[in-house]
Amino acid sequence: MSEILSVRDLVKRYDDGFEALKGVTLSIEQGEILALLGPNGAGKTTLISTICGITEGTSGTVTVGGHDIVKGYRDARRMIGLVPQEISLEPFERVINTVRFSRGLFGKPKDEAHLEKILRELSLWDKKDNRIMELSGGMKRRVLIAKALSHEPEVLFLDEPTAGVDVELRKDMWEIVAALKASGTTIILTTHYIEEAEAIADRVGVIAKGELLLVEEKQALMTRMGKKQLQIDLSAPLIEVPDVLSKYDLQLVQDGTALLYTYDTRAERTGITGLLADLASAGLSMSDLQTKQSSLEDIFVGLVAEDAA
Amino acid sequence: MNWQAIRSIYTFEMARFFRTLMQSFISPVISTSLYFVVFGAAIGSRIDQVDGVSYGAFIVPGLIMLSVMTQAISNASFGIYFPKFIGTIYELLSAPVNFLEIVIGYVGAATTKALFIGIVILATSALFVDLQIQHPFAMMAFMLLTCVSFALFGFIIGIWAQNFEQLQLIPLLIVTPLVFLGGSFYSISMLPPVWQTITLFNPVVYLISGFRWAFFGMADVPIGLSLLAISGVTALCMIGVWWIFKTGWRIRK
Ligand SMILES: Nc1ncnc2c1ncn2[C@@H]1O[C@H](COP(=O)(O)OP(=O)(O)OP(=O)(O)O)[C@@H](O)[C@H]1O
Ligand SMILES: [Mg+2]
Repeated sequence: MSEILSVRDLVKRYDDGFEALKGVTLSIEQGEILALLGPNGAGKTTLISTICGITEGTSGTVTVGGHDIVKGYRDARRMIGLVPQEISLEPFERVINTVRFSRGLFGKPKDEAHLEKILRELSLWDKKDNRIMELSGGMKRRVLIAKALSHEPEVLFLDEPTAGVDVELRKDMWEIVAALKASGTTIILTTHYIEEAEAIADRVGVIAKGELLLVEEKQALMTRMGKKQLQIDLSAPLIEVPDVLSKYDLQLVQDGTALLYTYDTRAERTGITGLLADLASAGLSMSDLQTKQSSLEDIFVGLVAEDAA
Repeated sequence: MNWQAIRSIYTFEMARFFRTLMQSFISPVISTSLYFVVFGAAIGSRIDQVDGVSYGAFIVPGLIMLSVMTQAISNASFGIYFPKFIGTIYELLSAPVNFLEIVIGYVGAATTKALFIGIVILATSALFVDLQIQHPFAMMAFMLLTCVSFALFGFIIGIWAQNFEQLQLIPLLIVTPLVFLGGSFYSISMLPPVWQTITLFNPVVYLISGFRWAFFGMADVPIGLSLLAISGVTALCMIGVWWIFKTGWRIRK
């Protein structure tokens, strides 16, 4: 795989002096889906806006397909499609006209067949002659996607594509994203829904306060930081953890009726066998066992909290 | 040059105009007719002729200039202000277009609309008065240049404005008075001497005078000065646009 987007030491200081990006470095491979997670005001939109040319970076470099976004802005921007976070569309305009406009603006010759294909995929074809103001919120968001796809971009930015979208439409959106990936499009999306990143992303980046805290393969991230917990339900409640079990660092939960054991899945020994043997020799009988793996959400919350500390 | 983009901006802007074509067509027809009723009939019955031209015919060039200037400014300023206001400017900023292409698209559309209205007024006027145009090519060229320069000026206002009040402010405070006091409805020679001198500081006087010369072969100021004035105004507006481009003023954050 080859690198399609490269961001190096990108700093963005707004006119009021606020530093929204504090030296972000990021490399994105062709054809992957990267999900950017981060709390409100983390700098996700600022990062996307700077790459797309809506705001100017203060320092640092960005290249798209090898084209510098300042010196080679035409070649760079031609490759990019952007779906902004805010829904901004001309209310009196008709759907098909605004999509045609976008395609032309990006220098592409007329291609009605392509536009029809996009509008059909986004279930907008029967609304193509409606005015924007006659559409529902979710439809408007899809019009924004249609506009971004109208000029056949190789890199697509989706800034919170599923904010305020119902469950069904969100699943549709995931399918659209999957189909785009299958056709070779590189996708960078931001989201507040961790299950969304978990469901569709190849890699996950976490931003907080203008800094990229990490970018990792979703799977690797979950395994690396994924702690597993073993819950042991006891037949009879305990008042405290017996001394013989102190080396396991157990937590007594559920009014003393269960023990919680946290272990690392990457460790050579999980210690489970020993624990179960020691439980038996301490004379404790158990009624049930269950394990639970932490989700991206737990990891994310942990990271942001760590950063704030 | 991204010609495709220029064409897209132009046609998108013209579509807005065509949506309200009847309105765009009827309002100049009605207002021109009203001007003829008020000025032509009421005042014209007292002022018989100005420099050998019937008063009704005399006001036609001024009437056209008045509408063309205000229309070019309002269309161009609104055209670029509106996307800023509703946020669709993001698309222009992220598209592979440069500032020049954006200017050509918006100013071109605003010029076309103003030109259309100028021609509608000219045609309506011909229904009321007997019109002979001595220099038709000069007349068209003058009208076109006026449309272009005032559309450029409107574009600058639209980029500069941060709210609707500011958008209206300059046209209302500066342009309308200059145009009304620019000799649309009277000849400079009809003013008291002091005002004749003061009036000469108003650039619009030279534009209207030159335009009137194209119609009747007579003018308040020498035609050479009028040509200089229209070129100067156009050049100034172009410099203004270029300066905005150089400084990225108020568009990209
Ligand atoms: N034009 C601006 N001028 C000054 N500060 C700005 C501007 N735009 C954004 N900011 C600030 O930059 C920071 C990052 O904003 P940004 O919109 O990038 O956040 P985000 O990660 O997209 O948040 P959200 O999840 O809420 O969309 C915020 O503190 C915001 O207030
Ligand atoms: Mg955002």
